[in-house]
Amino acid sequence: MKVRAQIGKVLNLDKCIGCHTCSVTCKNVWTTREGVEYAWFNNVETKPGTGYPTDWENQKRWNGGWVRSASGKLQPKQGAKWRILANIFANPSMPEIDDYYEPFDFDYDHLKSAPDMQAFPTARPRSKITGERMEKIERGPNWEEILGGEFAKRSADYNFDKVQKDIYGEYENTFMMYLPRLCEHCLNPTCSASCPSGAIYKREEDGIVLIDQEKCRGWRMCISGCPYKKVYYNWDTGKSEKCTFCYPRIESGQPTVCSETCVGRIRYLGVILYDADKIEAAASAERETDLYGAQLDVFLDPNDPEVIAAARRDGVPEDWIEAAKISPVWKMAMDWKVAFPLHPEYRTLPMVWYIPPLSPIQNAAQAGQIAMSDQMPDVRSLRIPVKYLANMLTAGDEEPIVSALERMSAMRLYMRALTVDGVRDEGIAARVGMSGRMIEDMYKIMAIADYEDRFAIPTAHREQNEAGADIRGGCGFTDGNGCSDGESGKTSLFGGKKKSFALPLESF
Amino acid sequence: MFESFDINFVIFGVMPYVALTVFLVGSIARYERDPFTWKSSSSQLLRRKQLIWGSILFHVGILTVFFGHLVGLFTPVWVLDALAVPYGLKQWMAVLIGGPAGLAALIGGTMLIHRRLTDPRIRATSTTLDILIMILIWLQLAIGLLTITQSLQHMDGAEMIRFMEWSQSVVTWNINAWVTVVDVHWLFKLHIFLGLIITMLFPFTRLVHIWSGFAAPFRYLVARSGYQIVRSRRRRPLEERRRAFDRRQGVEGPKAHTPAE
Repeated sequence: MKVRAQIGKVLNLDKCIGCHTCSVTCKNVWTTREGVEYAWFNNVETKPGTGYPTDWENQKRWNGGWVRSASGKLQPKQGAKWRILANIFANPSMPEIDDYYEPFDFDYDHLKSAPDMQAFPTARPRSKITGERMEKIERGPNWEEILGGEFAKRSADYNFDKVQKDIYGEYENTFMMYLPRLCEHCLNPTCSASCPSGAIYKREEDGIVLIDQEKCRGWRMCISGCPYKKVYYNWDTGKSEKCTFCYPRIESGQPTVCSETCVGRIRYLGVILYDADKIEAAASAERETDLYGAQLDVFLDPNDPEVIAAARRDGVPEDWIEAAKISPVWKMAMDWKVAFPLHPEYRTLPMVWYIPPLSPIQNAAQAGQIAMSDQMPDVRSLRIPVKYLANMLTAGDEEPIVSALERMSAMRLYMRALTVDGVRDEGIAARVGMSGRMIEDMYKIMAIADYEDRFAIPTAHREQNEAGADIRGGCGFTDGNGCSDGESGKTSLFGGKKKSFALPLESF
Repeated sequence: MFESFDINFVIFGVMPYVALTVFLVGSIARYERDPFTWKSSSSQLLRRKQLIWGSILFHVGILTVFFGHLVGLFTPVWVLDALAVPYGLKQWMAVLIGGPAGLAALIGGTMLIHRRLTDPRIRATSTTLDILIMILIWLQLAIGLLTITQSLQHMDGAEMIRFMEWSQSVVTWNINAWVTVVDVHWLFKLHIFLGLIITMLFPFTRLVHIWSGFAAPFRYLVARSGYQIVRSRRRRPLEERRRAFDRRQGVEGPKAHTPAE
């Protein structure tokens, strides 16, 4: 057993209101620079839809993630090491910027500078790359917002696999949900495995996956390697960038910006202890539907004395072990089994998990004849097909999804009985294999979702490994090349752009 | 003192040392001082069209030509003699392998230059040096191919041996190296001169990615046994930390609460 800790994340899709606050705050903090205008470390997609970049889930097209060979060995789907090296001159699986969207801004200035005209002046789009006028915007980071666009296009959604999708194009039968997405900080990331330079790494202490900007050479293999398409090529700096899990915040015990600002309070952060020795076997599970279960086996119970002893021996700090015991992520993934990994079939063992959304009963008009099973609404008759959710979260295995949805409906029934009738109906809890206490805890964390219950983030222990005096006066956190001292004049000797850090001056 | 001054001495006797010094010192300085700027500067994201074919033709061609020059110029003549390789045969090999490879590189290079100059996205994001170095390499390829017309007129390999002697003399600090190439055809001279110019520009352009391209197979295939990389802030490896922790647990007295580093 090799115990490591990771700050895991759960997003409760049942409560996502699709407000994009996560995306906007993330963008304002991380990707307002030139070269990454098109990149959204966090974005929110309306499902069903093809997403951003278009059709990202279709790995037949993009070759992201891993494949398991007949002998049971794993290799990136885009090829083993030699194959990746052979594609270094031109990467056949890499999306073009048009698969995301060409970044643009509007001619806002025209609104106030236009002369007196017959028609009201408009602000037309202009490319952020070429500066030229764009006549038609073809795509955007959220092109299918609230089921925008025709169903024929949106239904190319990969999660419709084995679903009779035609009826969902009809107005009466349609359904939708939101899917906020960010880097999964996988246990078995394909981006890092695909990097010929070795620039992408996972941090032992907190599991965050980062790109070393000084080691990245721009070979672009991570872009195609990541099946979630969450590594972005900065066309200005020529380096890849990705979600940093706001590591400067996490290190000081604060939630990531997207979690902090989440209006629906759907985001949870907490410590998960895992056994690093089990990763390879779990990711190589034979059947795709076994991958979800295999990943559960990689996680270690923080209340098990043996695990605690091993964690201490492997250097997991005491407060991290304590945080793991109260981790909301552990509760939702392991205790209640209501959270699931996004596309486990990619074999990356993602660490950002999702709680599937409940939805209205399919035929609301026939409310009198709601399909009931065992005094509870049959979750298989909900508007969002269970198969669709299963394709997204459990590689098509419906049982775990059904169980989670039943537990969530049971929570509503139980709490309704408690608050309206004043009855603790243990029967409801027992029917979904829980106890009243568990359901009340679940309610507190998932429904009330207080700040303290959503985030249990221990601080990083840098004091154990570095002396403050050594790093004093050193270069702190900067974007891009802020720490370079090779700069002189307008541009640097080696072509980097001169950055101005001058404070704005006011003159009176 | 200037009566005996010969421009050939400057270009073929002195400039190689200047160029190699700039090349090496510049590369080291950039790698050490400004690693963030060390990159391939790929523009594939912005436009895939013309890049896939252009880049593959160009790179495969130019790598073949590069290794051809490296092996061809720096193999000592006595090795050829020992292996009983006729000089004429070696020259034929150079023409037959280098010719098509150079042509592939030139075609690929033409596609890449055309793309760089005419595609609005690539044009807008190109630096002056990006365009300059591409044009210089294209010229170098064209001149290199043109020299074949001269080579074909004397296929005995004698002239090729002079270039081998010149290159080997340069790297063995023979100050009289330049005299071996004073009276070759001007196309050859121009080819060498331009090659030295490109060598000097190397550390200041995107060409530095060539170093990384050669290093990548070693880093990826040899130095890295598996696929994943995990970095730790801790200074000691896990096994050592575990042993230290176990020792501490054995000590009688106040129980150790702090985990191993």
